[in-house]
Amino acid sequence: MTTPRTLFQKVWDDHVVVPETADTPAVLFIDLHLTHEVTTPQAYTELRNRGLKLRRPDLTLATMDHSTPTRTEQVFGGVPIAVDSAAKQVKQLEINAQEFGVELFNLQDSRRGIVHIIGPELGLTQPGKTIVCGDSHTSTHGAFGALAFGIGTTEVGHVLATQCLLQRKPKTFAINVVNHLPAGVTAKDLILAIIGKIGVSGGTGYVLEYRGAAIEAMSMDERMTICNMSIEAGARAGMIAPDATTFEYLKATPRAPKGADWEKAVARWSRLPTDAGAVFDRSVEIDAASLVPMVTYGTHPGMVAPVTGSVPASGDAVFEKALKYMGLAAGQVISDVPVQNVFVGSCTNGRLSDLRKAANVLRGHKLASGVKMLVVPGSQSVKRAAEAEGLDQVFKAAGAEWRESGCSMCLGMNGDLVPAGHYSVSTSNRNFEGRQGQGARTLLASPETAAASAIRGRVTDPREFTH
Amino acid sequence: MPAVTQIRSRTVALPAANIDTDQIIPARFLTATSKAGFGKHLFADWRYDGDGNPKPDFALNKPEAKGAAILVAGRNLGCGSSREHAPWALQDFGFAAVISTEFADIFRTNCLKNGLLPVLVDEKTHAWLLANPNVELNIDVASTTLTLPDGTAVKFPLEGFAKYCLLNGVDELGFLLSKGDSIAAYESAHL
Ligand code: SF4
Repeated sequence: MTTPRTLFQKVWDDHVVVPETADTPAVLFIDLHLTHEVTTPQAYTELRNRGLKLRRPDLTLATMDHSTPTRTEQVFGGVPIAVDSAAKQVKQLEINAQEFGVELFNLQDSRRGIVHIIGPELGLTQPGKTIVCGDSHTSTHGAFGALAFGIGTTEVGHVLATQCLLQRKPKTFAINVVNHLPAGVTAKDLILAIIGKIGVSGGTGYVLEYRGAAIEAMSMDERMTICNMSIEAGARAGMIAPDATTFEYLKATPRAPKGADWEKAVARWSRLPTDAGAVFDRSVEIDAASLVPMVTYGTHPGMVAPVTGSVPASGDAVFEKALKYMGLAAGQVISDVPVQNVFVGSCTNGRLSDLRKAANVLRGHKLASGVKMLVVPGSQSVKRAAEAEGLDQVFKAAGAEWRESGCSMCLGMNGDLVPAGHYSVSTSNRNFEGRQGQGARTLLASPETAAASAIRGRVTDPREFTH
Repeated sequence: MPAVTQIRSRTVALPAANIDTDQIIPARFLTATSKAGFGKHLFADWRYDGDGNPKPDFALNKPEAKGAAILVAGRNLGCGSSREHAPWALQDFGFAAVISTEFADIFRTNCLKNGLLPVLVDEKTHAWLLANPNVELNIDVASTTLTLPDGTAVKFPLEGFAKYCLLNGVDELGFLLSKGDSIAAYESAHL
């Protein structure tokens, strides 16, 4: 009998070109290289300087998402991109894609969107693949049972030139989520609770595998929300075993295998889940049934509390500094925190089901006075689907702005910024100092909590709006 | 990449834990398309006030920090974004090594790819270095040893291949390209 293996181990084994030794890391083959404008220009310069070609254009895809505008008149109306350097960066991606023969979804392409939204949408993200991108939230794609992780620009160059990476094998960490999430508690709340439990560096050196009843019951959108934030626990990758839910999602996508190839692929993918008896290097158990909606109150995603709770106390100087930045004090009731800004979007919660959930809370309500709300679909395809359902009308009727797709206020590279000192309930993944703008105070939460907070003008438990 | 064998310099300390790459180099500076010039934006929001003037109480702005090539930082340095602009900014500013008790995975990899040496130390050494900023240290890559001012030698871990690359200025892309035959064989077996 062969040794039982984890999902991670199987995908790793399938991609070893040259095994690792004591002296050298493994050469690992990469099945899909996703790229965007921010982390690639210097890699293409390197290729050019060395006279190298792109080895596998057929396994490479480029989109623009980080520094692109979200105002319709800037995307489609010919109004130039406001920030000069951003305009240049977008232009440079066009030049590089053309020169090296990479398929590019440019600014006006109907398939464009945040890199981690479009990979799955197209069906390029598949179980058992190795997927990389010069972007830490590449972990998102692990929701399909792929081994997907972020890399730096030097490594982007390695993959462009050789379709391979030098890697030491990481360890494995099972996150066992037992029981089911109560009504009104979401995937975002669960991942925030997991990060709160294992800490922002608890996953460093590991690949996480999320397992258990609550995970199995999730839709692909929810699983992507979970895997997306693996990096916020320090893990480069998070994975979920592929199952019928995965296959059903992929079947409808344009670039998934078709016909006889589909049957073969499903048979192959069905062998990927972790074998009974496989050993993880570490494991932790979380009881989903005990959770409530969660929100962060500090300057890293591990500083998280129940929306029904209060800001905890700590004697730690770094903790105090974070609270000072946030303008909060220990003991303060979370639901008393005022809110001036709400952002719904990002690769964490910018998919159609996320927009539906926010709209369901908002329908028939208005934003509280003084609240600005920005809704930014994760891709142009999400945008079209949302408009077909009339979700844009719900947001606009409530007083929110409805934009073209992109990273937008998740990191504010394109000028979509939260003013200094403002509290921003955001469905994105990072609440670092200045992430959404200099001095901006970010509270991470689910789309439901974001929408409920927009209505009340303070942090609000969305279960108050359950109809 | 130029070889890195020895670093002898004074330290500067930023004791905060979890310093993320958004602090090291804020996103608004990432629109550049070359690797040069990020040093002036290093820790921009901690280093400058709203008018762009250096904040005198920030460690890197203090006169004694001038010329220091070793940064001692709190636990979990470099968490967050995969932006390689973070090590580029640190190097462009003048840092040759970073010391902490824990580094984020992608950041550590990015540092090594650029010859910025991540030195992982134990809690005790770390606490001493944070309590005693602006001391002269010697870091020797071949023996993976950090020598404190009193002569105490502290070993640090460094993966064999990474060490080999640093000491010999080996370019990893060159190494990968030399595996072209194996890659081609893998590709034809996995069509
Ligand atoms: S939405 Fe935010 S986290 Fe996701 S890829 Fe864009 S900037 Fe990164």
